[in-house]
Formats: sequence, structure tokens, C-alpha cells
Amino acid sequence: MKDRIQKVSDRIKKTVNDPLQMRIVGNDFKNILLTIFKYVILIGVSYVILAPVIGMFVNSIKSDADAFNPMVFILPAHPTLEKYALAIKRLDYWTTAVRTLVYTVTITLVQLFICSMVGYGFARFEFPLKKLLFGCVILTIVIPSHTIMLPLYMTFKSFDPFGIGKMLTGTPGLMGTVIPMYVMTFLGAGLRSGLFIYIFIQFFRGLPKEIEEAAFVDGAGMFYTYFRIMLVNAMPAVITVTVFSIVWQFNDVFYAKLFLIPDNVVISKRIASLQGIIANEDQILSLTLQELYRDAGAILVIVPVVIIYLSLQKYFIEGVERSGIVG
Amino acid sequence: MKKKKRKLSLSTKRMIMGYIFIMPWFVGFAIFYVRSIILTGQFSLSKLTVDANVGGYSLEYVGLKNFVYAFREHGSFKQILTTSIGNMLIDVPLITFFSLFMAMLLNKKFPGRAVFRAIFFLPVILNSGAIAAMMDLAETMMNGGISATTAEVSGGTSELAFDIEYLVDMFINLGIPSSVLEYLSSAVGRINDIIKASGIQIIIFIAALQSIPSSMYEVAKIEGATAYETFWKVTFPMVMPHIITNVVYTIVDSFTNSEVVDLAYTTALSEFNYGLSSVFSIVSSVVTCSILAIIVVLIQRRTFYYN
Repeated sequence: MKDRIQKVSDRIKKTVNDPLQMRIVGNDFKNILLTIFKYVILIGVSYVILAPVIGMFVNSIKSDADAFNPMVFILPAHPTLEKYALAIKRLDYWTTAVRTLVYTVTITLVQLFICSMVGYGFARFEFPLKKLLFGCVILTIVIPSHTIMLPLYMTFKSFDPFGIGKMLTGTPGLMGTVIPMYVMTFLGAGLRSGLFIYIFIQFFRGLPKEIEEAAFVDGAGMFYTYFRIMLVNAMPAVITVTVFSIVWQFNDVFYAKLFLIPDNVVISKRIASLQGIIANEDQILSLTLQELYRDAGAILVIVPVVIIYLSLQKYFIEGVERSGIVG
Repeated sequence: MKKKKRKLSLSTKRMIMGYIFIMPWFVGFAIFYVRSIILTGQFSLSKLTVDANVGGYSLEYVGLKNFVYAFREHGSFKQILTTSIGNMLIDVPLITFFSLFMAMLLNKKFPGRAVFRAIFFLPVILNSGAIAAMMDLAETMMNGGISATTAEVSGGTSELAFDIEYLVDMFINLGIPSSVLEYLSSAVGRINDIIKASGIQIIIFIAALQSIPSSMYEVAKIEGATAYETFWKVTFPMVMPHIITNVVYTIVDSFTNSEVVDLAYTTALSEFNYGLSSVFSIVSSVVTCSILAIIVVLIQRRTFYYN
């Protein structure tokens, strides 16, 4: 035993006396400290981001007894899923979620098609006034959408081609249907379409021209070249836009409120009234308990987007890095 | 003797195809943007009455009355506008530097990087619209409006107050100017908002950092630059152009989520005062755009473009 201590202290003495050894030890020490510091910051910030989600999740699995028990912190004593059961029933969850997803995904497909087409047009063709029109694309990114909110409301309120709106809702105008959102997306003015067009322009610019020339020589038409050759090569940009579009469209309340889209189509609107419905229909009058149901509903609403995001996340961050979103 | 070509030349053909490709966007731009902006301007100068039976509306020209009302008589507009601008001016530099710092941390390879990257982008999903709106609406509905929320806010700060005040006193004793301190303490107070608002900015900066050629770092190392010097002489100038992108994004984003938008929205759709709402929209848009222009010009002068 004594021997070994002697050995170790000898080695320490040797290292301390040798300046080169000392510097290596010092560097190691510094690196370890820096790494610890880095992880502390990362974990801290991650906690700030995750805290509300963790809080909501914990609340949502608390039982009634846990809610009033001051000893319960983070880990509920009697975890239960009954809050979810009622929230699913009152939200009409499965039907609404499926409708929302269909709405979101179709809008995203339109978004992808239109924005990539316009982006390709800007990136590859020369025509007069191109610079000016490109400036207008930037303008649509910069202009806050509330500037154009009122005229849009007025337009779609009285706009009723072939009486479609009257047929569907009984009143003239397209308010209260999802049609305005589709119309706007089809005409490249949907939710943040400007940004998506910009992403596609930047990406197509970075692709080599040879592929298209080869396709052209082989007799492919311009539209065919775009759809079957360029779009396939633009996968990183396509994934980036898909994720952004799905997430933003799913969470959007601005246009949903503006166009009075009914809340059985957009779950993000429906969740707002969940607490009130539960209070009235189920006679749960304690605010503390109502909040538990509300949190269960919130978790239910974010689950689909989180799943979509996590499954595309790996491609997504690589995609952003390569899609030239940075210009 | 000119002979007219019967077939279009390739470049003309491509020009026409180009127009066809951008046609959907152009129609949308003309209908939804150009027309809307003109209409908003028109609304702001007139009194708008909705005809209930056909869903149409009629305009009555009133000149600058709406503007005068908004600035002279309206209870909260000026205050909301100035707080929104103030918050934005505080947030922009903080968000920019925070996200640059985080991007530099996340850019290097280390165990668990993928997990942290996934977490850092989560706010973009969780922050926007739905959940926040739900919390707000549910709270105001159930707790009886403003009184409840203010009570909650003051309750929340009193927990923190001890630490912050102690630190502020300490720094005042150290002789740090109070304006700097105020800025810093407000920054600490809103760290939550800042982290939540910087998801996309972090990703943009990560992409920017990846595009810096590694040979530059090698040169810096050979010349004996310290990490600090490398940051200011290599990294910072190289990401400078992306700082503009981020600043623009941050400003636009913070204005679309600001209270001015809510005010314009409620004025139009709950109080049916369309003229006044248009004034709010126009004033806030003009302010945003001019701030944007000033900041972009200021940064651009100092920006270094590698290519």
C-alpha cells in the first residue's frame, strides 16, 4: 500500500517538475472544465425549453387527489389517464385531428408544388423585370400579414363565385369555410409562401445546370424537366419546406380566426374552448382540476406535430444546412 | 429585307415559360398584396359601413380623421405601439447574439448533439399560435380577465425579485452605469422569451457556420491566433451577412406576434371599427418597415462579403 502511494506521489512530482507535462495536464483540465461548462449551458437551456412541456405532461397524468396534494412535485402519486379520456371525448379528438391533418397536409402539398414552381421560374429563366419581381417576393416576406388582413376579410366575405359559399354554408361569401386558405395557397400567397419561394429559389440556383441541359437534349419539355428532374434533386429544400409548412399550418390561428374556419377543422382553434366546455358539460368547477384537463388537451394537440417533426428532423437539419436558406 | 421568323427563338420561348412558371405567384401577389395594400390605405381614410344584406360595404371619405383619433384620443394605441417597439429593440440584439452563441456550441461534434439540436428547434413548434393562444384565452375566460393575469405576473416576479435586486445592488456598488444594468436585468427577466424566439435563428447560424471554409481556421491556427481572436477575425465577419437575415427575420417575427396586431384584430372584428383598425395596421407596418430599413442599412455598411 505504502509502496503504491510512494509511486503515485513520485509520478505527480515528476509531472509537476516537467513544464511540458504540466502544460498537457493544464490543457486537459481546461478542456474538461469547458466541456462541463458547455453541457451545463446546453442542459440548462434545454430545461427552459422543455419545462412547460414537462409541466403540462405531469399535470395531465395527475389524479384529482394529486392536484390538491401539496406534497406532489413532478412525480404524481397516483398517475392516471382519465384526464386524457375526457379530453379526447370533449375535443372529439380523433375526428378533429384527422381533419386537421388532412387540411394541413393538402395545404402543404399545394404549397410545395406552387412554391417550387415559382422558385424554379425565378431561378432558371431569364425574363424582363425579373429583378423587380424578385424584390416583390422579398416584400411579401417582410410585409406583416396583418397589413392585408382587413381587405382579405372583406374580399372573401363578399366573394362568392358560382354561389359555392351559399351552397355550403347558406350565407353568401366564403367565410367559415377552408376555401379561402386553399385559394390563397394556390396563388402563392399562403402562410409564409414568400419564405418558401425564397428557399426554393436559393436552392435551385445552387444546382448544376448540366442536368437540365441533358434532359433538354434528350427531348424533355420544360415542365417535365422541372417536375421529374429538378424537384427530385431538390429533396433537402422539399423536406425543409414540408416541415415548416406542416408545423406552421398546424399551429396557425391567425388565418383560422380571420377566415372563421370552423373549429372542427382546425384543432388549434378548438383547444381554446376546451376548458370552457369541460367546465360546462361535465360540471368540473374547480379551476385547478380544469387546468389538468386543459393540459391533457394541449399535450394531445402537440403530439402529432412533434411526431412529424421528430421523424423528419434528421433530414430536416441537414436539409436546412444544404438548402441555402441562408442565401 | 427582314424575314419574320415563324418559330419563336429559344430565348423567347424560355422567357414565356418563365412567366408561366411564376404566373400563380404573380396573380396572387396582385390580388392579395397590391390590391390589399391599396384597399387598406383607402379604408384608413374613410368610414366603412357594412351592408348586412349583401355582404358588401360602402366607404365614406373622412380624410385624416382616423389617424387623428388613433394618436390623440385612442386609449392604448400609442402605449402599445411604443412598448412593442421597445421590446423589439431590446430583443433583437439579445436574440441575435444568443443564437450565434448557441449555434457555435451546437456546431461542434460532441456526444448528444443530435438530441440537443432537436430540442433547440422545439420552440418553433411549441411557441407558435395554438398553444400560447389556448393558454391566454383559457386564462382570461376562466379567471375573469385582466385582474387575474396581473396577479399571476406579480406573484411570479416576487419569487425572483430577491435575486435580481440583490444582484442589481451589487453591480451598482461596483459602479456599472444604471442604464446598462437596466438592460441586462430586463434581459435576464425575459430569457425565456429569448430562448423561445431563437429557434430558427440558431438553425440559420448553424448553416452559416458550416459554410465557412475550414482552411481559414487552419491559417488562423498556424498564425497563432487565440480562440478569442479567431472568433472576432474569422467567424464573426464570415457570418455577418447572415446576421442581416436573422435580424430581418427576428423583427418581422416579433411584430407579427406583437400586441399591435391583436389590437388591430380586435378593433376590426369585435368592435367593427374597420377604418381605425386599418390605421393601426398601416402605422405599425410603416414603423416596422422603416426600422427594418434603418437597421439593415446600418449593419450592411459594416458587413464584409466574402464572395
